[in-house]
Amino acid sequence: MALRPDLEIISEWIAPHSRVLDLGCGDGALLSYLNATREVTGYGLELDEDKIQKCVENKVNVIQSDLDAGLSGYFDADSFDYVILSLTLQAVRYPERLLDEMLHVGSEGIVSFPNFGYWQNRLQIALGGRMPVSRNLPNDWYNTPNIHLCTLRDFENLCAKKDIVILQRTVVDQAHRTSLGMTLLPNLLGEIALYRFRRRPD
Amino acid sequence: MPANLPADSVGLVTPRTLRFSEPLALDCGRTLESYDLVYETYGELNAARSNALLICHALSGDHHAAGYHTPQDKKPGWWDSCIGPGKPFDTRRFFVVSLNNLGGCKGSTGPVSVNPATGKPYGPDFPIITVRDWVRSQKRLGDALGITQWAAVIGGSLGGMQSLQWAMDYPDGLRHALVIAAASKLSAQNIAFNEVARQAIMSDPEFHAGHYYEHNVTPRRGLMLARMLGHITYLSDDAMRAKFGRELREGKLGFGFDVEFQVESYLRYQGQSFVERFDANTYLLMTKALDYFDPAADFDHDLAAALKNAQAGFLVLAFTSDWRFPPVRSREIVRALLDNDHDVSYAEIASHEGHDAFLIPNPRYQALLRAYMERVAAEAGV
Repeated sequence: MALRPDLEIISEWIAPHSRVLDLGCGDGALLSYLNATREVTGYGLELDEDKIQKCVENKVNVIQSDLDAGLSGYFDADSFDYVILSLTLQAVRYPERLLDEMLHVGSEGIVSFPNFGYWQNRLQIALGGRMPVSRNLPNDWYNTPNIHLCTLRDFENLCAKKDIVILQRTVVDQAHRTSLGMTLLPNLLGEIALYRFRRRPD
Repeated sequence: MPANLPADSVGLVTPRTLRFSEPLALDCGRTLESYDLVYETYGELNAARSNALLICHALSGDHHAAGYHTPQDKKPGWWDSCIGPGKPFDTRRFFVVSLNNLGGCKGSTGPVSVNPATGKPYGPDFPIITVRDWVRSQKRLGDALGITQWAAVIGGSLGGMQSLQWAMDYPDGLRHALVIAAASKLSAQNIAFNEVARQAIMSDPEFHAGHYYEHNVTPRRGLMLARMLGHITYLSDDAMRAKFGRELREGKLGFGFDVEFQVESYLRYQGQSFVERFDANTYLLMTKALDYFDPAADFDHDLAAALKNAQAGFLVLAFTSDWRFPPVRSREIVRALLDNDHDVSYAEIASHEGHDAFLIPNPRYQALLRAYMERVAAEAGV
């Protein structure tokens, strides 16, 4: 089973034998892959019942749970080496609280999200005067699950405000390729952003 | 039994009884010198003895979990929807064992059995049995059948409490525990319902302090009331509305106290038919086993500490409309398992059926069981 390209990138950031919590784990593909290739253990959280079924079929430990209800009901501080939130940050009700909780229950956080500052999105607003609809943001404003869209700069500002240290950043296009342009102008040319981060040590 | 037996039925089954002569020390401090356990099996034990499933029953259940005893039986065993060839507990791959617990009234030693010390039925003198006692006796049954490690121990409600206890008491005695619609201890509300049920039985004039066998009577009214109350707690408000609404049996109000609403008729029928098949002293014992269950109590009320040594993989399932053991109670179990980094999966199944949902076929429920049992089967090598 081929891994989704953004998960492929994330998987390369995970140290072998570590413990991982995957928030919004979908069918459990990442955990299953990490377990098979890096002997990583952990759990996935998922709300959608069809995806939970897939996780059980994929022999992944999955806990049905709503990310909007928070993580501390289930996990103690520092239970995981990594807490992963792939392409979901923009869809949760309390992104800031969730980032706090990720770094409470884990040492490092990994997030990926569609960059709202991508030039095509900017163009649709600036010239079309309408909310962007694209490959990464396929819904209309009135039916989108993406209620907290942000740009790279927004996310990095939030991290700075919260004393979160960004350890690694990768910016890619829809096909998850990167390019010189994206390296130079990530907030304009990057479609999807991936970050690895931790709390600033006391 | 249907004339054309479905291909996924285990068909006709015959219970067997095993006598255990080694004394069993009980939590209450007393000892059962010898006892019988009645059980049924479905499927075949493989050569490696790795494919055995233990089914633990709930309050009013027994060993007859699947199939039919006679061709005249109208209904199959209580969990026939899940046990059989091609069903989630697939008898083509697994050897399924289902027993009647100690204190029961369906053939295992219980209050209706003759006490060898007196030559009379135990009645109210039968010792109070705990979930832990049951698990001890189930361990002996497994040993007698040549099963040193169950592929999975499975139960719903009070049965789920037994699978949880198994994982604590015999960490290497099972590879998986399925804990369905259960809780790690009863709430005050749960105990309150049980107490009303017990009072209904004990205040029946025909109870005779539990010695009713000697008077050739049964506390019918009390047991019936207890069962009616139980049924209310097993169903959800929605399920009752959907099943009965305010429908009247005669189509109009009778301005009297006979059965008028369909729900009254249903409850009376359930109560009356229960009296025919169940013993009041056993009912009292089962409710006590529920009330006493609290494995964390020995660990400073820390459930995670109680589960520390468990080695099994866990599947915990709850049903959204279950208000007897609601999902929040299952989440307490999940949290304790997560604290220990144990393998666990947890799902809340959308259902309107209330606590009863664990016995009722539901596509998502059965798909999850099936998927999890694939994992159990793979590890069992079947």
